[in-house]
Amino acid sequence: MWKFVASRLLQAVPVILAVITVTFFLVRVAPGGPFDSEKAVIPEVKAALEAQYRLDQPLFQQYVAYLGDLAQGELGPSFKYPGRSVNELIAAGLPATAELGLYALLVAICIGGVAGVIASLKPNTAQDYIPMSLAMIGICMPTFLLGPLLVLVFGIHLEWLPVSGWGDMPGDKLLPSLTLGAAYAAYVARLSRAGMLEVLSQDYIRTARAKGLPEWQVITRHALRGGLMPVVAFLGPAFAGLLAGSFVVETIFQIPGLGRFYVQAAFNRDYTMILGTTVFLSTLIVLFNLASDVLAAWLNPRLRSQFGEA
Amino acid sequence: MNEPILEAGAVEQGTSLWKDAWIRLRRNRLAVFGLVVLVSFVILALLTPWIAPYAYDDQNLDLGATPPSAAHWLGTDIFGRDLLTQILYGGRISLAVGFVATAVALLIGVTWGAVAGYVGGRVDAVMMRLVDILYALPFMIFIVLLMVVFGRNLLLLFLAIGAVEWLTMARIMRGQVQTLRQQEFVEAAVSLGLSPATIIWRHLVPNALGPIIVYTTLTIPSVMLLEAFLSFLGLGVQPPQTSWGLLISYGAETMEEYPWLLIFPGAALTLTLFALNFLGDGLRDALDVRGSTD
Amino acid sequence: MALLSVNGLKVDFTTRNGVTHAVDDVSFSVDKGEITAIIGESGSGKSVACYSLLGLLPMPPASIEGGTAEFEGRDLLRMSVAELRAVRGRDIAMVFQDPMTCLNPYMTVGDQLVEPLLCHRRMPREEARERAIALLEEVGLRDPGTTIDQYPHQFSGGMRQRVMIAMALINEPKLLIADEPTTALDVTIQAQILRLLADLQKRHDVGVIFISHDLAVVADIADHIVVMEKGRVVERGDRRAIFENAEHPYTRKLLAAIPGGSKVPAESVGEDLVRVDHLCTWFGQGKHREPVKAVDDVSFTIRRGEILGLVGESGSGKSTIGRSLLRLVPVTSGEVNFDGVDVTALEGKALKQMRRRMQMIFQDPYASLNPRMTVFDTLAEPLLLHGIESRKSVEQGVLKLMDDVGLARAFIRKYPHEFSGGQRQRIAIGRALATRPEFVVADEPVSALDVTIQAQILELMLALGKEYGLTMLFVSHDLAVVRHIADRIIVLYKGRIVEQGPAEQLFEQPAEAYTRQLLESIPGRQLL
Repeated sequence: MWKFVASRLLQAVPVILAVITVTFFLVRVAPGGPFDSEKAVIPEVKAALEAQYRLDQPLFQQYVAYLGDLAQGELGPSFKYPGRSVNELIAAGLPATAELGLYALLVAICIGGVAGVIASLKPNTAQDYIPMSLAMIGICMPTFLLGPLLVLVFGIHLEWLPVSGWGDMPGDKLLPSLTLGAAYAAYVARLSRAGMLEVLSQDYIRTARAKGLPEWQVITRHALRGGLMPVVAFLGPAFAGLLAGSFVVETIFQIPGLGRFYVQAAFNRDYTMILGTTVFLSTLIVLFNLASDVLAAWLNPRLRSQFGEA
Repeated sequence: MNEPILEAGAVEQGTSLWKDAWIRLRRNRLAVFGLVVLVSFVILALLTPWIAPYAYDDQNLDLGATPPSAAHWLGTDIFGRDLLTQILYGGRISLAVGFVATAVALLIGVTWGAVAGYVGGRVDAVMMRLVDILYALPFMIFIVLLMVVFGRNLLLLFLAIGAVEWLTMARIMRGQVQTLRQQEFVEAAVSLGLSPATIIWRHLVPNALGPIIVYTTLTIPSVMLLEAFLSFLGLGVQPPQTSWGLLISYGAETMEEYPWLLIFPGAALTLTLFALNFLGDGLRDALDVRGSTD
Repeated sequence: MALLSVNGLKVDFTTRNGVTHAVDDVSFSVDKGEITAIIGESGSGKSVACYSLLGLLPMPPASIEGGTAEFEGRDLLRMSVAELRAVRGRDIAMVFQDPMTCLNPYMTVGDQLVEPLLCHRRMPREEARERAIALLEEVGLRDPGTTIDQYPHQFSGGMRQRVMIAMALINEPKLLIADEPTTALDVTIQAQILRLLADLQKRHDVGVIFISHDLAVVADIADHIVVMEKGRVVERGDRRAIFENAEHPYTRKLLAAIPGGSKVPAESVGEDLVRVDHLCTWFGQGKHREPVKAVDDVSFTIRRGEILGLVGESGSGKSTIGRSLLRLVPVTSGEVNFDGVDVTALEGKALKQMRRRMQMIFQDPYASLNPRMTVFDTLAEPLLLHGIESRKSVEQGVLKLMDDVGLARAFIRKYPHEFSGGQRQRIAIGRALATRPEFVVADEPVSALDVTIQAQILELMLALGKEYGLTMLFVSHDLAVVRHIADRIIVLYKGRIVEQGPAEQLFEQPAEAYTRQLLESIPGRQLL
């Protein structure tokens, strides 16, 4: 098992390195330097600024220096927020994003999982059609449409919930979490339904019934574990999607999180910030993918013993 | 069951699996609805320049934003532009992105997967390893980055989205080819002395087509969603061009005063995505494709 | 007194295409401590009848339309869901066909074994575990104290079936329903499991319903036999009556289908056509990995006009030998000489020419035909490829082939999924014969078919072999089938030849212990 984790970690290293390299050079070859837009920058000041950010050095030297900084966990200074480092900015945005992501994931797994399992128990009846139609709506209704619509209905018309903010007013975390989690709840519902249907048609379920187990035990003891495996495998990609979704949700609800910083940095051409955030988020996604792979392997006895022997 | 003995009689026409699938698809009302909606939207998009009620850049600043009326069926935006016209033109872009980027993904993915699956061995290992590595890359972030760095360019958008979506296509195609290769009918074809090209064209491709069609149908909506997402953030299509994502983005800004500006473009996008997903699901059932990868 | 007596059972299946009477007015009974075998081919309703008793059929589409099933004075068919559940696994237990898929891969064997005890008797976990260990020992698992904590994938097929049997017996049921419990197993394992079942049945004094498609399998163990065809019981009686004076023509057909007797050796045996020298086919070779030696240093010859039987259990490499001869798998070393030419060295055009002369008939008629090609497409392909027929004459050629293999001409435009298994195998045989080959490898060509169809296809192959002057390598796990068709037999074990010789001699005086074990495992061998 540990060997498996170690080998997957080793495989992650080149991926992360590739991300860093590609991002770095992409950003550097971008037309227009970071200080070009400000019209009235005196040449000396510009030179001084470029020296400060090492922009006067050859590209490859910059790259090596950047890698060196990274190795020490240093993401460099921000171009647009003078005096603040990218590390500080990320640290400032991370808590809100992490919390939002966690709630959204909970929404996705709890609502989606329950809906999917319930639908799978009586396929092709109302008990199946209703949650699955809702899931279809969840998949087809993009986050950036659902968010404004929810705000329109619950925030503006009914005035039940605040329309924006994060942790300022009671209940202001509900709409963003729901908005972000809805699409993933829909995916989880479809995956868990398909997974459960697959498992419920297996011979070993018939064996369990032939033993005289009550139906709820057949479901919980024999079917759930196999049926929810696709959901576990989906967690990695879902995490990446949640991060991207948080760009939109944080923008709509004006949440001071990483996603909003990232989008702002993209508009401001704050290259060190883009670079730093990309590296940080990518590493996070790669690690989360790894974690979901390991979890899936660990839940499957066949794979587990394989790694044990290997 | 009784074995047939030689008997005279008229030739009985067989039902191919395609015909079978078509019959099953036609029984699925949601899928038929999806197909009808999709075809009508495509026709509308193709005919837009001739049927749009107003010119694309027709502004009427005096009019401003008005709710739906007889003159403007879906109302106007703050510049007094006809929303129906905007949606029609936006739909052209959104659908074009969906189809073109999916075509790019299809082309790369199917070729890549078929080669890897058929050649096998070390070539396959290297090719699929590359796919695995690319899979682990956070592409959403990359596309945002590309759009920032190279400016918002429609062609680049096609390529970037296509480049993301081909990975899954390649995996599906490889899986198909690998399973089919081990089937006895392919062995039988080899032992008849057929050439590899004939085997691929006559025996592998027709049997791998089902899952590819299904997945293509399901890729189009996810591509359209991606484009809309980028446009919403202001990183996709840029004015004077428009797309449904961009229209929704503008609509969201002014939804308190002019909710129709959000609702109608949103409905257009959602309806299209519905249609495509229903059609995809219907095809999956009709072609009996098991084990989706989404 | 009957333990279970079923009277006038009717089960219907309602599908889009209408209603089928899967079980139609079926009656049978099982006595305490006796084995009743229900025999029938696929679609005879034998499994449906038994599953319906325990409420294990998906309803809908199934529905019980009538009848009674008295079990200890109570009617199973009129019980509530909860009452029936209390009977299942306590008074009536089941063993299923495929032990590979019937155990939950996510749970240890022990957890699955104790479930019936915990569920029906609320027995403390520790006590249940001890009982499970004792029972595992009884069904012949080595070191049950350790293996009880293992997962199903760590067991072989035969071992899993023993676990299934232990699981069925753990609550001391009064009735055991075994649905084809040995069909998925190798012959030697099948013999062991049959012995075990008979033994346990006596010791625990349970009534058994043994469902099977194969009369031979139950010949040694059944007390009573019920024969079903198309949802109806056509004959019933005690074992002796059925085997010695069957009355119904269908029962006689089934009995006749048990491959019996041996072939009269071919009279026109010529020179060596195929000579195999030190053939090795290994898989999965890597720098650090030990290769799987599927075929390991095998040498033999086949003479023109001869049918050579290749016999072995799963993993013996018998199919790989056939595929190696036809260059369908890469050969590691050794030589395959066909009519003076080394097949392993051929490439390009020469290989294509050689392929015309040697063809293959595959095991699974469901997988060996391209589902998107009609009978015409399938049969025309080889005819056109090798220039045997021109575009103009190809239809006549196809029709001639269809006549030869006994397919109605009217089916020429139909697709594989529209045919039964036997019909498909006829198409596959037609395709193999299309190139006018001299040599055919038949890889388990009848093992996926119902017994009566099996007999028809074997007869067809023998007749066509004579008509086309074929030399044949007949690969099979079924000794009775091979004895019926082969002139000479090779016995394989783990990639190597154990014994070879003329069919008669090998059956009458086997020289090797493994061969003897195989022969003793043939079900119902006194019938041969």
